[in-house]
Amino acid sequence: MSIEVDHITKRFGAFEALKDVSFRIESGELVALLGPSGSGKTSLLRIIAGLDQPDSGTVRLFDEDATRTSARDRHVGFVFQHYALFRHLTVFENIAFGLRVRPAATRPPESEIRARVQKLLELIQLDWLGDRYPNQLSGGQRQRVALARALAVEPRVLLLDEPFGSLDAKVRKELRRWLRRLHDELHVASVFVTHDQEEALEVSDRVVIMNQGRIEQIGTPGEVYDTPATPFVYQFLGDVNLFHGRVDPAGYVRPHELEVAPHAAGDSSAVAATILHIGWIGPVVRLELQREDTGQSLEAEIPRDRYRQLNLRVGDRVDLTPRNLRVFDTDDSAGPA
Amino acid sequence: MAGATAALPLRPSRLAPRRDPLLVRCALIALALAALGVLIVLPLVAVFVQAFQRGAAVYCAAIRQPDTLAAIRLSLLIAAIVVPLNTLFGLAAAWAVTKFDFPGRNVLLALIDLPLAVSPVIAGLIYVLVFGAQGWLGPWLAAHDIRVIFAVPGIVLATTFVTFPFVARELIPLMQSQGRDEEEAALVLGAGGWRIFFRITVPNIRWGLLFGVVLCTARALGEFGAVSVVSGHIRGQTNTVPLHVEILYDEYNYAGAFAVASLLSVVAVITLAIKKLLEWKTSQESR
Amino acid sequence: MRNSFRRRSILPGFRLALGFTIFYLSLIVLIPLSAVFPKAAAGGWAHIRAALASPGVLAAFRLSFGASFAAGLISVVVGFLVAWVLVRYDFPGRWLADALVDLPFALPTAVAGIALTSLYTENGWIGRYLQPLGIKVAFTPLGIVVALTFVGLPFVVRSVQPVLADLDLELEEAASTLGATRWQVFFKVILPLLRPALLTGFGLAFARALGEYGSVIFIAGNLPMRTEIVPLLIVNKLEQYDYSGATAIAAVMLLTSFLLLLAINLIERRTRRFLEAR
Repeated sequence: MSIEVDHITKRFGAFEALKDVSFRIESGELVALLGPSGSGKTSLLRIIAGLDQPDSGTVRLFDEDATRTSARDRHVGFVFQHYALFRHLTVFENIAFGLRVRPAATRPPESEIRARVQKLLELIQLDWLGDRYPNQLSGGQRQRVALARALAVEPRVLLLDEPFGSLDAKVRKELRRWLRRLHDELHVASVFVTHDQEEALEVSDRVVIMNQGRIEQIGTPGEVYDTPATPFVYQFLGDVNLFHGRVDPAGYVRPHELEVAPHAAGDSSAVAATILHIGWIGPVVRLELQREDTGQSLEAEIPRDRYRQLNLRVGDRVDLTPRNLRVFDTDDSAGPA
Repeated sequence: MAGATAALPLRPSRLAPRRDPLLVRCALIALALAALGVLIVLPLVAVFVQAFQRGAAVYCAAIRQPDTLAAIRLSLLIAAIVVPLNTLFGLAAAWAVTKFDFPGRNVLLALIDLPLAVSPVIAGLIYVLVFGAQGWLGPWLAAHDIRVIFAVPGIVLATTFVTFPFVARELIPLMQSQGRDEEEAALVLGAGGWRIFFRITVPNIRWGLLFGVVLCTARALGEFGAVSVVSGHIRGQTNTVPLHVEILYDEYNYAGAFAVASLLSVVAVITLAIKKLLEWKTSQESR
Repeated sequence: MRNSFRRRSILPGFRLALGFTIFYLSLIVLIPLSAVFPKAAAGGWAHIRAALASPGVLAAFRLSFGASFAAGLISVVVGFLVAWVLVRYDFPGRWLADALVDLPFALPTAVAGIALTSLYTENGWIGRYLQPLGIKVAFTPLGIVVALTFVGLPFVVRSVQPVLADLDLELEEAASTLGATRWQVFFKVILPLLRPALLTGFGLAFARALGEYGSVIFIAGNLPMRTEIVPLLIVNKLEQYDYSGATAIAAVMLLTSFLLLLAINLIERRTRRFLEAR
């Protein structure tokens, strides 16, 4: 058990950032804290790091109570969204920083520091940039240096706060895969914060979905997507329609799970709708529809060849049948840890 | 002084209070305030205490002295000439430098700051070298019976030099950060040069302009070194308020000297108050 | 293709504004300033060397440079402390303390001069406590240093404040997670990033102190060879109609000021390139 968080609460003034949050992270896991802005995920990460103190609750690192320990003594590695590289130091000196500030007793000799930094530079594939300054690097390169710097002190836990948030989409994709491979190689327990659900689902072993200071669900990426515990989780992990069927109770259905068929007058189980707008989104076609009985707006996604098969136009009447209607109990709260 | 329109950050860092222990914090604050108190506040307080030492009656009498009143009139006259001229210059320079790109722009900026690097005594000296009896224009002026040095025109010139950059230094960073977009938009809509200036630019810079003018005025009223060189110290004629303070002090008329000095101190305090007000106003408007 | 003037044609008034600016600048600043050097050179090199090498002048230079340097150092230490407290801590009356930092800048030099003198004479509010300790401030070089510190303090505080305020909190947090103690964070992260601002502040305070007149002549006592500062020397020579002597000294002062300005400019230019933000 590498990280145990128990009943953490945190307020900033009148704002409740975290409300009774608890979970555990196993050794060597790569866990994503996923949620919208204000969900408390960054606050939680900073509390685990020791950069902020909780109002109540405990943080245990490797079976020791670390709640009152300073960030300095927790031996966690932290990677900031905006890198926080020391601009007056070279890349090499940045990575070596953690080793150089060790007290004389535990500080390795300079030659060993040099060797370790060199190895890390090779690990992040930037060994040719050791003498440059941070402002001479691209965003992706800076983030890799920040990661190497955090790893240099061999932390027990690696914490990353929206590490790819300030990078553009392509670099973000490359780096997230690189992070996954790095983690597979190093096996350090890692927690990273993100608001990008694609990122969380693609990279992590487990996902912790947070909303308004509470945990909604914890599970593997497959679990949270296929069996969401609450409407919030379902809505957050993809597009969604709120569907009131004729017979079924109200439930949720994803756009690609709405069957579209030409309107057949006698079909009472399907819902009739009119096509308002057709959008071509790469491999799928997105239809904006309006229900004829309630006037509600719905969204359906169908593959391109199905679209061509049906030969649909704006203004056509179609029948909609949900393939996978998901119903939640109204008083369902956050999923189990 | 950096532009008054660059506001002091109102909220200290979120983490700093918690990072430095209470004892350290209190000790540092106490130390800093003590330093400020001794070095800066005490002299200001001393001026007023000494001014009123012999009572309010003596204070008022000192101010109402004809020589003092003459000095006040002269100082105000000087300011009334110098400040509009330097303001005009400040506006022209800021317009040229911030709305256009041209080679030598950086050199011009450095030259505008030049008077700040020059000792006030040298500022007075150079005008003596040009307009004095043995100066470049000395013979010509004597032939036409024009007195510049040891007369009011010389004081005007020296004060203009010393307060030269103040309005410009307030306006330039302000107008630089505001950019050219609004003026260019007005131009495209058909507005002419002066209209653009008065209806677009001036309203945008009004607080910086106000503060630059206030600062320029305060410095013009208070300039000592440069004026001391060109003035001739003739009481009632070429004596400004700061020079009058010196005269009273040298005559051991301490109460009088401090009484007159207190007038200048009030101007200084008002200047500071206006600066704080403008900082507050700018931070309000940028919210 | 006059590319460098391309933008000029968009907004009106360039020729008028620039023309007036250059005209006014030349009239008021450049032409008068340029009078110093020919006048100084008029007497010939030998005369200049004699004027500058006389013991009184050398003593004044030593005093002015020495006192300005000392005052600059003290300003840096005290100014850094004040800037730190104003930026990083909150306390009642912080706005007032911040406003007062500018007082030496706003207060006329003559007023500052007599006020400081009254404080540090033997019966003064501060002088009376120093006297039994055998410390004399008024009419000694020490008094000059005090007055110059008063004058230079705002420059340091205002140079450091914006840089300190912009200092990214995350840098300190990062250093902390990497194992640095608070002292290490201060010396290895904060101070290096503040060094350019401190240097600039020192340079500005030093340059200002060198030329300072009104704040100093009252407290200095103006004893030749002992407490006579260079600006006063220039004034004395003028009163004796020794124009060549006065201008020779003025020329040296001007050259020093310009070199200082240049140095400060270079520091700021290098800093901007080197520490360019993300």
